[in-house]
Amino acid sequence: MKRFVIILLVAALVLGLCACTQAPPSSNASKGSSKLITVGFAQCKADESDWRKANTKSVQEALSEANGFKLILADSNNDAAKQVADVQGFIDQEVDYIIVAAVNADGWDTVLGNAKKANIPVILMDRTINASEDLYTCWLGGGFYEEGVKATDWIGTRFTKDQQVNIVNLQGQLGASAQVGRTKALEDAIGKNSNWKLLAQQTGDWSTDKAKEIMASWVKQYGDDIHCVYAENDNMADGAIQALEEAGKKVGGKDGIAIISFDANRAYLQMTLEGKINCNVECNPLLGPGVAAIIKKIEGGGTPNKKESVDETAFYWDTITQEIIDARPY
Amino acid sequence: MNKLKPLAKSLLHSRLTFSLVILLIVVVQNIITTPTFFNISITNGLISGYIPDILDEASLLVIVTMGMTLVIAATGGVDISVGAIMAIAASFCGLLLNGPEYRTDVFHSPYLLALLVGLLGGALCGAFNGFLVSGLKIQPMIATLILFTAGRSIAKQITHGQTIYIMNPVFKWLGVQIPGIPIRTTIIVSTVIVIIVALLTRLTSLGLYVQSVGINGSSSRLVGLNSRAVKFMAFVICGVLAGVAGLVGSSSLGSVNSGELGLGLEMDAILAVALGGNMLGGGKFSIAGSVIGAYTIQAITTTLYAMNVRADQLNVFKAIIIIIIIVASSDVFKEKIRKLTRGVFGKNVSIGG
Repeated sequence: MKRFVIILLVAALVLGLCACTQAPPSSNASKGSSKLITVGFAQCKADESDWRKANTKSVQEALSEANGFKLILADSNNDAAKQVADVQGFIDQEVDYIIVAAVNADGWDTVLGNAKKANIPVILMDRTINASEDLYTCWLGGGFYEEGVKATDWIGTRFTKDQQVNIVNLQGQLGASAQVGRTKALEDAIGKNSNWKLLAQQTGDWSTDKAKEIMASWVKQYGDDIHCVYAENDNMADGAIQALEEAGKKVGGKDGIAIISFDANRAYLQMTLEGKINCNVECNPLLGPGVAAIIKKIEGGGTPNKKESVDETAFYWDTITQEIIDARPY
Repeated sequence: MNKLKPLAKSLLHSRLTFSLVILLIVVVQNIITTPTFFNISITNGLISGYIPDILDEASLLVIVTMGMTLVIAATGGVDISVGAIMAIAASFCGLLLNGPEYRTDVFHSPYLLALLVGLLGGALCGAFNGFLVSGLKIQPMIATLILFTAGRSIAKQITHGQTIYIMNPVFKWLGVQIPGIPIRTTIIVSTVIVIIVALLTRLTSLGLYVQSVGINGSSSRLVGLNSRAVKFMAFVICGVLAGVAGLVGSSSLGSVNSGELGLGLEMDAILAVALGGNMLGGGKFSIAGSVIGAYTIQAITTTLYAMNVRADQLNVFKAIIIIIIIVASSDVFKEKIRKLTRGVFGKNVSIGG
């Protein structure tokens, strides 16, 4: 008799649990007439920088419930292991799509293999990874090489063909996809223009402080031979400008040392307006609409390209206005 | 020859000698590879050249190293939160100066007040560390791990998560130049700090207290020293000095970036103390050694930049140099050298001629 009661209780418990797990979908079905598309978003670090903040917000706005999405945001706080666990969590929750802005380029094979087995499309955002192409559906982001080309095009307009152009290159953190693309664009352009010369190249690790220190050393070595500074992000351009100004050099404007920067954050567009940065190439963080478009395409039975790029512009000291800066969302 | 023996002996025994020798090697290396290394000129109203640059760029490290030396000597542990404290102090200062704006050239509050509040922030962080270590008897590295982890987040909250740009030229006085003075302010500040700390530890009993507490805390207490208070003081001083470094550092860049300011500086500071021949186990310490250690680290970096070492090889070179320094300063290695030199100077060197 006792045993029977226990079995009965256990059975009741199991049934109850089943009911619990069954509950949410049924309530969902009864509530929403149109089914929401569930999207898991594994962000590397939601508040890392102004750029990343704008990026997070853009995805949240584009994938809102009003637009027919249910977004689950997992912020890994730049912890690669946590991010992989987050993505596995999305697979276990059986989401419809997964977006990844990878902390680390490596270590994705297993978890993305699981996603593939579960038939969940994976969209990589802005950061690239080292994994076989068939493990993810597509990659969406700015073209770092194309950004570099925009900058080198500007160098071509600034200097004439018979002018000697000595360029110093402050690189980003070595191996980061942004550094690789931007450096390669510069090196390719130097190969094509015989009057251009790469005077020096060093990594400033994206940091103002390091860039300033390196630039101070270059000023002493090359003095007035430096014609152009190619800094691979805003912060390093800032450091370079300070080192040059402290050494009494004229930067930017029409006849100063030409300064090139990337990312186009607000404070640095202000510096572009002031003429200290000559050319600032945007790295567009507003990837939300692009992601939404890709998902809509897959939902409609289409296949997105393996590599989807977003539009990016460049800002020039002689054409930028305060209105342009104020109109930008980040 | 007889006079040489005691000299040789004391040179071999002095830990300071070693760091000096390293610095000397770096300098000689520069004479060969970069002939312009010792050129000093005045450009734009500032004395400039590689040597002034080393003094300038090492200044943050020197200031932080002074505090680190005291903490290590008094507690036998390290303070790994100094970089984060720098960010907190600078954030307080930046918040007061800029108010709600992220980029402006108008001071919203008096400059000196902002500096004072920044220092106070540093002191509070130091007091927090000191309380954990001396009050709750938590190991220094674990205690300071709290601020090491959380400090930059706190700083971010203060600055509303964004980089603050302070465009008022006065803000750059502390980190670049006071108009009319040809020496960089960083060099002046770091020199003044070193002198103050040296005087404090020499002329007052602070140095003696720190040493005895570091060597044996409980027996120091038995002879009437308040070892808790001494440890607490060491952390507060370390916090204030980190605050100074934070203010100077943000001033030299004209902006407060809480994610970047002083990043990784704690490790360089510990290395500087070690290179200076100080025992990391606490007790005896040498301010001069730490200063030389700090300048040596910066001299290596500046030298590598001046030699145009390729970016991807830079850290390998640094690592090799540091490995050589650490191995050569180890006791086992020194004993080997001592045995070898015994043959040269005669056996009685060890007795002292």
